[in-house]
Amino acid sequence: MGPLVPDIISGNLNFIAALLIGVLFGMVLEQAGFSSTRKLVGLFYGYDFTVLRVFFTAGVTAMLGVIALEHFGLLDLSLVYINPTFVWAAVAGGLIMGLGFVVGGFCPGTSFCAAAIGKTDAMVFIAGAFAGVLVFAEGYPLFESLYKAAPWGNPRIFETLGISQSMFAFLLVIVAMLAFWTVSIIENKVNGVKEKPVRFTPYYIALASAGILLAGSAFIFTGRKASLLKTVNAPGFAQDYKLETMTPDEFAYRLMNDRENKLQIMDFRPEEERKKMNLPGATAYTLDNLFEKAPSRALLFRGKINVFAAEDELTERKMAIIAEKMGFKRIKVLQGGLNEFREQILNFKPAKTASKFELENTYRFRKKAGREIRELIQKAKPSGPATRKLKRVLGGC
Amino acid sequence: MKTGNLMKETKYMNSYLAGFLLGLLLLATIFITGRGLGASGALKSLTVAAVEAAAPAHAGAATFYKDYAADHSGGPLKNWLVFEAIGVLLGAFISGLVSDRLGFKFEKGPSATTRMRVAGALTGGLLWGVGAQLGRGCTSGAALSGMAVMSTGGIMTMVFIFAGAYGFAYFVRKLWI
Repeated sequence: MGPLVPDIISGNLNFIAALLIGVLFGMVLEQAGFSSTRKLVGLFYGYDFTVLRVFFTAGVTAMLGVIALEHFGLLDLSLVYINPTFVWAAVAGGLIMGLGFVVGGFCPGTSFCAAAIGKTDAMVFIAGAFAGVLVFAEGYPLFESLYKAAPWGNPRIFETLGISQSMFAFLLVIVAMLAFWTVSIIENKVNGVKEKPVRFTPYYIALASAGILLAGSAFIFTGRKASLLKTVNAPGFAQDYKLETMTPDEFAYRLMNDRENKLQIMDFRPEEERKKMNLPGATAYTLDNLFEKAPSRALLFRGKINVFAAEDELTERKMAIIAEKMGFKRIKVLQGGLNEFREQILNFKPAKTASKFELENTYRFRKKAGREIRELIQKAKPSGPATRKLKRVLGGC
Repeated sequence: MKTGNLMKETKYMNSYLAGFLLGLLLLATIFITGRGLGASGALKSLTVAAVEAAAPAHAGAATFYKDYAADHSGGPLKNWLVFEAIGVLLGAFISGLVSDRLGFKFEKGPSATTRMRVAGALTGGLLWGVGAQLGRGCTSGAALSGMAVMSTGGIMTMVFIFAGAYGFAYFVRKLWI
C-alpha cells in the first residue's frame, strides 16, 4: 500500500527518487514547450493554449489515478499531503502569482526549465524569485496574520462543495473537455486559422472517447469507504451475511485463558463507552483504521483470532463485512455484542427453574467467568489506539 | 549557433500526450512519496540556506527562519524539493539537447524592449517569490498537485492564479503582443 515513503523508500533513497522524478518532470515540461515564455503567456492572450491543455490533462489524469488507487486500496490517502486551506492567503497569494505570471512570463517550475536550456530572461526571473522569497521572509511579521487567517484545515474540494467525490471528478473532466474545445476555437480565431478547430478525424475521435471514458470512470472508482458503507447499511444485508461468530462463553473462556496471546480484540465502541468498561487487552479501533496503512496491518498478524467487539452485534457485523470485503481474514464477531456478553457473563443471574446437569456446568462456568473477568476489567488499562499514526510527509511547494 | 532556416526548432510534444505523461508522473510521485511535485519550495530552501550562511545571527532570531529550521531538521539543503529541482534542471537540459533547443537566448514579446522584459522578468519573479510563499505553493505544488489530491486550498490557489493572470493581462499586453 502506498505511499512507499517512509516505510519502503527512506533516507537517501528518497533523495535519489526526488532527483529522478525531477529529471522526468523537467523533461516533460520542456518537451511540452514550457521552456518558452511566449508559449506560456499565449494562454492569457489567446494565441497559444498549450499550457491549459497540458496542465488540465495532467491534473485530471493524476486526480483520477489517485481516485483509482484509493478505490483499490493501494494508496492510504490519510498519509498523503493534502494542501491545507487558508482562505485569504490562497486568494491573495494566487492573485499576486497571477500578476507575476503575466508580468514575468513564467512560473517557478517553467523558469527552471527555460533557464536550463539557456533562456537568459528566465535566469533574470529566477533572480527576481529569490528576491521575492527574501522579501517574504524578512517581511514575515507583516504577512503573518494574512498567512494564517481563516484556517480550514485540509478539506477536499468535494467536501467543501458538498457533492460526492465521483460527481466532482466527473464534472471536472467534462469542464476540461469543454475548455479544450472552446480554447481551440479562440486560438484559431486569434491566429487567423480558417480550419475548423475540432474535426471528425481519428485523432479527435480518439481524444473525445478517452475523455468520455475518463469522465465515466469517476463513477466506477467510487470512494472505497463510502461505497462499502452503503453496501453494509442496506436494510437486511448485514443481518443475513454469513460471518463467523464467537459465543459469549467462548469469548469469556478465551479472555481468561489466553496464554498463547491468540485473541486480538478490535474494540469498535466510542471512547465514552470504552471508558465505562475496559476490555482486557483490546485495541481501540475505528472504521477509518480499516482503511489506513499502519492500523490495518494489525489484522494481518499470523495466528491471531480477530474478534470485532461493539455494544451490538449489528455494528460488529457491519465492520466485519467491510473488513472481509477488503480481504482481511480470520475475523469473528462477538455473538450478541457486548450487551449480550454483559448479560450472560458479567452480570450472570441463574434462572430459578433450571437444575439440569448441563445447565449447572454452564452456570458454574459463567459465575466463575463473570467474577474473574470483572476483576480483569478492573485491572485492565484503557485500550490504546490501533497504532501510532504515521506522520504525513511535509509537502508543498 | 547555426544560422538560417536550417536550424528549425524541433516540434514540441502533443499537448495532450505531454499532459497525460505529466499526470502519470505526478501520480507516481504521489504513490511513491506521498506528496506531489513542487518548484518554489526549492527557492525557499536556497534562500534560507543563503541567509543562514550570510547572517546566521539574523536567521537564528527571525520567525520565518526559525519556523523553517523547526520543520526541516536536516538543514535547508537536504530537502526533497531541492533534489527534485536539480533534477528538473537536468531533465530540461537533456530534453533541450535531444530536441536541439540549447543555446543562450533572450526571449521577449515582439513589441517589448529588452529593458522592459528585464524589468518584467525581475518583477514577475519577485511577485512569484512572495505569492508562492503566501499561497503555500506555486503552479506545481499548490495548483497541479492540489488538483490531483482534490485539496480545496490547492484548487482555490489555482483559481486565483489564473483569475489574477487573466485580470492583469490586459494591462501588461505591451510586454507580449
